[in-house]
Amino acid sequence: MEKLLEILEDIESGVDYENCDKLVDEGYLDSLAIISLVAEIEDEFDVQIPTVEIIPSNFNSVKAMWNLIKRLQEEE
Amino acid sequence: MTYSDIGYLFVFLPLTIILYSIFPKKHKWKILLVVSYLFFWSISSKLIVYLIGTTILMHYYGLWINTIRIKRDEKLKTIEEKEEKKKTKEIYKKKQKRLLLLCIAIQMGILLVLKYSGFICENLNIILTNINLPFKLNICQFLLPIGISFYSLQAVAYMIDVYNEKIKVEDNLGKLALFISFFPQIMEGPICRYSETADQLWKCEKISYTNLTFGLQRILFGLMKKIIIADRLNVIVGNIFNDYANYDGGIAALGMVLYTLQLYADFSGVMDIVIGTGEIFGKKLPENFRQPFFSKTISEFWTRWHITLGAWLRDYIYYPVSLTSGAKKLTTTLRKKVGNYYGPLIVSTFALFLVWIFNGAWHGSAWTFIIFGMYHFVLILLGRIFEPLFKIIIQKLHINKENFVYKGMQIIRTTILVFFGELIFRANNLNSAFEMIGKIFTNFTFNSIGNGSVLNLGLDLPDFIIVATFTFVVFITSILKENKVNIRQNIANKKLVIRWIIYYALILSVVLFGAYGEGYKPVDPMYAQF
Repeated sequence: MEKLLEILEDIESGVDYENCDKLVDEGYLDSLAIISLVAEIEDEFDVQIPTVEIIPSNFNSVKAMWNLIKRLQEEE
Repeated sequence: MTYSDIGYLFVFLPLTIILYSIFPKKHKWKILLVVSYLFFWSISSKLIVYLIGTTILMHYYGLWINTIRIKRDEKLKTIEEKEEKKKTKEIYKKKQKRLLLLCIAIQMGILLVLKYSGFICENLNIILTNINLPFKLNICQFLLPIGISFYSLQAVAYMIDVYNEKIKVEDNLGKLALFISFFPQIMEGPICRYSETADQLWKCEKISYTNLTFGLQRILFGLMKKIIIADRLNVIVGNIFNDYANYDGGIAALGMVLYTLQLYADFSGVMDIVIGTGEIFGKKLPENFRQPFFSKTISEFWTRWHITLGAWLRDYIYYPVSLTSGAKKLTTTLRKKVGNYYGPLIVSTFALFLVWIFNGAWHGSAWTFIIFGMYHFVLILLGRIFEPLFKIIIQKLHINKENFVYKGMQIIRTTILVFFGELIFRANNLNSAFEMIGKIFTNFTFNSIGNGSVLNLGLDLPDFIIVATFTFVVFITSILKENKVNIRQNIANKKLVIRWIIYYALILSVVLFGAYGEGYKPVDPMYAQF
């Protein structure tokens, strides 16, 4: 989880990632940030994020992102 | 038959409601399927074969994908080693991908040939003439089934979602046929996703009083927009765009604004009728508009106008292209070189370009549509490039982004940019578009309003007053919706007398102020032609 927070901080700093659960809905993460984020997550956690998983509910909070990573790792 | 025709509203829809109500629950979806095919037959006649072809293609694609999966799973059971399993999965995934690409190529190929072969041949002939080659291609014009651009996108989305295992394969041909042909949305969308609408299409309940009244309310509101505003504006918009050379820039600007209003009233009005019809049968179709003229940027506008097309382009072109393995590697490299913002921006620009060339071409086979797409591509790209600079300026000047005046100025700027886009969209050809824009910038006067000649363009003073009044009504309802006020629920909560006064006022408005009969030319369903 800490690594994920590091990636997020690197992409867009100054956001309260630990407490915000509307990162996409409230515009903290736009489509450009999502593109960077997907590339970094795939590199760091050795998963493939299919485009069908790129929906706001999977990226609205750190917890949702973490759950997505775990799920994809289990499916591998 | 269109959705605002008397035949649809007073014959087809009531008969469908009756048939749907009298058949037992488990057969209701079959009634919807039969009437959907009858509806499509009535608007497309023998061209219905294309719809049947698409449905069969989707069906056999699904069955084939399933067969590959079953074989894959059987093979995987015999393998112990993890690496070997991964390799096997990849082999079968490649097979599925080839099948997917083949089926998409067939579906989009049909659309390409039917819709664009004439346009492509015409332009190739111009090139052949310019390079002095002595032969010309025969220009073929095919009859285009109404709604093909919409249901093709639905079909492709279904195929990709099946490939990605987002949805299960539908092995019932009839159910798949209903998903693709459901009569309220077959002509002009919304572009439905199987995962969101399909299940509710065949899980049918009896029509409830709430669904019936809410659905009828929505239809009535849509009719108001369509018949009172859009149809009434048809003559003046046609006159200005056809004879712009005879008028000054003021009239050209008026034509541009009125056409945007007409397009919005027509398309969003039809969407109200479509979604209202779905609501009667308890089917929740996706919204296609969300107060687009409150957008602060062009990007935001396209998340509020024709929402289902924008979402389709985002999910099936923008992200897949931006996130190919090559693009991801390039994003990581560029982020290190040009930063977190411009790195992905450079990579995703190609995807953005594809989105907008597709958006333009999807609307029609003419250069005006291609340039319409490119106009939005350039605007959005410029917005993205300068966004960091604007952020710095806003911080330095201590501008409060939530300030009412600042937001208002953003909305006005965006709306003006939308007006010019719609001018290009509606113009008879590119030359006309550029000449009209030229007139607006070089010959803008209020003379036609001053001397009253504006009233000779097909809309007299009472017509202008009616359009203005009902546009104001739409504007007020938009403000309420923007502020999350549930207007229809509020009306439903009123006392019976008040409720019916509102309903009668709406019905009477449509009957009294609707633009039909002698002297009026109703708009052909605009989006059905795309």
